[in-house]
Amino acid sequence: MLQKVYDWVDERLDITPLWRDIADHEVPEHVNPAHHFSAFVYCFGGLTFFVVVIQILSGMFLTMYYVPDIIHAYESVYYLQNEVTHGLIVRGMHHWGASLVIVMMFLHTLRVFFTGSYKKPRELNWVVGVLLFFVILGLGFTGYLLPWDMKAYFATVVGLEIAESAPVIGGFARTLLAGGEIIGAQTLARFFAIHVFFLPGALLGLLGAHFFMIRKQGISGPL
Amino acid sequence: MHRGKGMKFVGDSRVPAERKPNIPKDYSEYPGKTEAFWPNFLLREWMVGAVFLIGFLVLTVAHPAPLERIADPTDSGYIPLPDWYFLFLYQLLKYEFAAGQYTVVGAVLMPGVAFGALLLVPWLDSGKERRPLKRPIASGLMMLGVASIIFLTWESVDEHDWEAAAQQGEIVDDVEVDETAEGYEIYQSQESCIGCHGGDMLGGAAGPNIFESDYDKDAVMDIIINGADGMPADQFEGSDEELETLAEFIANDGQDPNGDDE
Ligand code: HEM
Repeated sequence: MLQKVYDWVDERLDITPLWRDIADHEVPEHVNPAHHFSAFVYCFGGLTFFVVVIQILSGMFLTMYYVPDIIHAYESVYYLQNEVTHGLIVRGMHHWGASLVIVMMFLHTLRVFFTGSYKKPRELNWVVGVLLFFVILGLGFTGYLLPWDMKAYFATVVGLEIAESAPVIGGFARTLLAGGEIIGAQTLARFFAIHVFFLPGALLGLLGAHFFMIRKQGISGPL
Repeated sequence: MHRGKGMKFVGDSRVPAERKPNIPKDYSEYPGKTEAFWPNFLLREWMVGAVFLIGFLVLTVAHPAPLERIADPTDSGYIPLPDWYFLFLYQLLKYEFAAGQYTVVGAVLMPGVAFGALLLVPWLDSGKERRPLKRPIASGLMMLGVASIIFLTWESVDEHDWEAAAQQGEIVDDVEVDETAEGYEIYQSQESCIGCHGGDMLGGAAGPNIFESDYDKDAVMDIIINGADGMPADQFEGSDEELETLAEFIANDGQDPNGDDE
């Protein structure tokens, strides 16, 4: 039945080559933990991606309850955490996932570094990777403010002070992020927009470039 | 794929009528024990992923995400702390060579150089050799960077007063102070008390929430007269009766002891 539906669509739209392009590639022996257990270090990139997917999905569910204004933000998180069925799990996944993505990305960076995989012809992919690193850190920084509790607020105060201390662009960067003189309603609205729209957009674009380059070049060979 | 003359299409579309066989490529001719990503390798990845996900879910249930009390921008005594992965940057700003007038060094210069170098790694280490032991400078610098991050994070965790941190963020039960009680009125005339414990009696600049501990009337009077740890003695201004009324009001958790509600 399913096969028939697939064939029917495929005859009209020729979809087989589309997904075959993505699915068909080889997994060489030296990156396959089934053959050499130490090759698990090659899994860190995939695990980072897995956690990124968890973050996107759990984040989508969080926005079903979260209200980005200084009066309701805290209340809505509190409600989700304490009243909503399984709300604890949704928030927990996003909270712990944020740490996990950093850990995995750090390990992935070390794997790529110590296998020398950033060398010609993969320089560009390394640069894209470092940009991904910044985007993920930015997501961590902006997301931390959103529950609008004490630790959130004061960590942001310090973070913005640090941003302000940068020469030349410091004042501008602070105003851009805080949305004004005080850290308050405007700041929360901006951090929400950055956390939910700007950075995820950049993240998806960069990930697309990252994966495109990996498929195009193949994984680096054995040492 | 058939191209050019003689090609057949599905109806008037541009999709070729000739079907390609839908079978994976054969990688057996590749060097080593190469296998196909789809479906062989992906299936195994999925199984590992499922185990990983279960472990992750257990973690989220066993350790709920923390939530402190709602942000109070006026509470300037709060010791701030970023999430753990920023601790190393935060710690850097505590050292003399990177703080005060040198903040720019710790906040911008050092992280800027480190992350800038990370970005330019392919050009800083552009030799052909890939094995880490054959390029000791690059490997050494990276190890140094990782070691500094671990060291700074460690120091930061070590220096932080975690007990005080947990306490300062705790969600406190709202105390509904009966503002019509006589005791409340008496408190409102005590400038010295208000100075530390705040006008609402729920804690302020230098003193905690008055209702925080469960003292009885005599204990409260004793503290007001003789002072307590960090609280000066003899600050109350008024008659002994007033003092007694206030102490009773406090011991009764901010409710009028003579009130008839409940
Ligand atoms: C959201 C973050 C990231 C994700 C999801 C991701 C994902 C991946 C995946 C799945 C691979 C395939 C090989 C493997 O799994 O090890 C890969 C390869 C690679 N990654 Fe990342 N990555 C991320 C961040 C980074 C960062 C921060 C860097 C470097 C600073 C980086 C540099 C590279 C390079 C150079 C390759 C090619 C390695 C080779 O061919 O051996 N990536 N990435």
